[in-house]
Amino acid sequence: MENYRIDPAKGMEFGLYTLGDHLPNPIAGERISAEQRIHEFIELAQLAEQAGIDFFSVGESHQEYFATQAHAVVLSAIAQATEKIKISSSSTIISTSDPVRVYENFSTIDLISKGRAEIVAGRASRVGLFDLLGYDLRNYEELYEEKFELLLKINQEEVVNWEGEFRAPLKDARVLPRPQNGSLPIWRAVGGNPASAIKAGYAGVPMYLAHLGGPVASFKRAIDAYREAATQSGFDPTELPISTAGFFYTAETTQQAQKEYYPHINEGMKLTNGQGFPKQAFAQSDDLRTVINVGSPQQVIEKILYQHEQFGHQRFIAQMDFGGVPFDKLRKNIELIGTEILPAIKKYTAKQ
Amino acid sequence: MHIVTLSGSNVGSKTRTAMDYTMNTISEKYPNADVTLIDLADYEVQFSDGRNFLDYEGDTQYVAQTVMDADAIIIGTPIFQASIPATLKNIFDLLPQDGLRDKVVSILVTAGSLTHFLIVEQQLKPILSYMKAQIVQDYVFIEEKDFHRKEITNDNVLLRIDQLVEDTVGLMETYRSMRKTQEEAYGF
Repeated sequence: MENYRIDPAKGMEFGLYTLGDHLPNPIAGERISAEQRIHEFIELAQLAEQAGIDFFSVGESHQEYFATQAHAVVLSAIAQATEKIKISSSSTIISTSDPVRVYENFSTIDLISKGRAEIVAGRASRVGLFDLLGYDLRNYEELYEEKFELLLKINQEEVVNWEGEFRAPLKDARVLPRPQNGSLPIWRAVGGNPASAIKAGYAGVPMYLAHLGGPVASFKRAIDAYREAATQSGFDPTELPISTAGFFYTAETTQQAQKEYYPHINEGMKLTNGQGFPKQAFAQSDDLRTVINVGSPQQVIEKILYQHEQFGHQRFIAQMDFGGVPFDKLRKNIELIGTEILPAIKKYTAKQ
Repeated sequence: MHIVTLSGSNVGSKTRTAMDYTMNTISEKYPNADVTLIDLADYEVQFSDGRNFLDYEGDTQYVAQTVMDADAIIIGTPIFQASIPATLKNIFDLLPQDGLRDKVVSILVTAGSLTHFLIVEQQLKPILSYMKAQIVQDYVFIEEKDFHRKEITNDNVLLRIDQLVEDTVGLMETYRSMRKTQEEAYGF
């Protein structure tokens, strides 16, 4: 775990992530400017740090209703504005990027932040960026696998010799600057599907598992499959960190939290995915056995601890700013996380 | 409440003839209904390649979005090679797995003979169920002999289309009010 800068003695890490969406607030019916939204990301990271939150990450999306196409630039501003919080992408779309340039960007962010940068590499759930950036969708899978492998190789080797299909070969290439400690934690982004988790396991890389909704038990299957695949490939799964990522929102009562967050999720999903979020599934967030961490602080604490007991994961990252949630509500969430949720989670998950 | 009538083939006239009659029936019985006819013969729809339906362009995007925006869909389909046409299957492939959730779907079939009667039961309904549609169970089956020069000549068929329209609207309204009651009960 040290390679990935994770100390189990300190308990499970808690982070925030934003996809970088830039959606209207469905209640007010208005959308803030991209400028204001980008400043929100930076301020959110600062507030998270002040509340003792471990981690903050920003996604890359190139479609309408997003503001963090240049997510590495936003992260670099966050690196400068903060001092101790870990910062990462969530995710970098490695398939449509040059791994050399991605590594240069993130090792620079690591130096600006003095050793706090990580990369989560994914392959895009929406694929408009293939046309925008000049890639063929038919190579969807191979682009990801080849470029992810190259990214790992650059991370492990200072002098790189490499040949592949989608990029010019590298001959005795030095990819500079190097990060503060010589390498960066690089994670593989995975949806809920065990098939995808198994691939991360075979490669022996840390896994980021996104979950929108559904039973905890079904995500446990993906996690078990990941660890089993890692073992089969000769890796020690106890050395491989797992993070989960999903919706989060807290308020005084569970019903208030559901009421405040649901319209943002539902309307935001309609605009970005074409379908709303079924209310019935969202309503089940009040059940311990479901994975959506929306509720009163006590409810959310119980749910996260139950998930930790089931998954044995090292980090949970929370998406609470989706769909135009007003900033004062985000501030209130961070306050509840800092004063009530984090202390409880750390207390019960720290390895003595 | 938005109804889409989807004529599922890009060739032939019988399904379209039946859909035109269906459209007229809807506007006579429900003059305020918001109805859109999509005849796949009028559009250049590309084959699904697995992307999110929002990411298609042109006719493909229009057809997918219109179907996704519907509260009820009346599908009209001929039977080709003992199955539904590829053009219609492609529409399902363009949409998300649960793309018909909260939608009422009813069916009208045109076929050469009664030999094809169970194709709806065995091939079309399983797709609709998988995609979470609320299906109007009775469908209208129209044989070749029920048509003459682009008109339906069998009164039994016409009466059944009237019933299909009524059942579609009825189920759509029932389902909407059921869902409203359920969602209000969540209290948020």
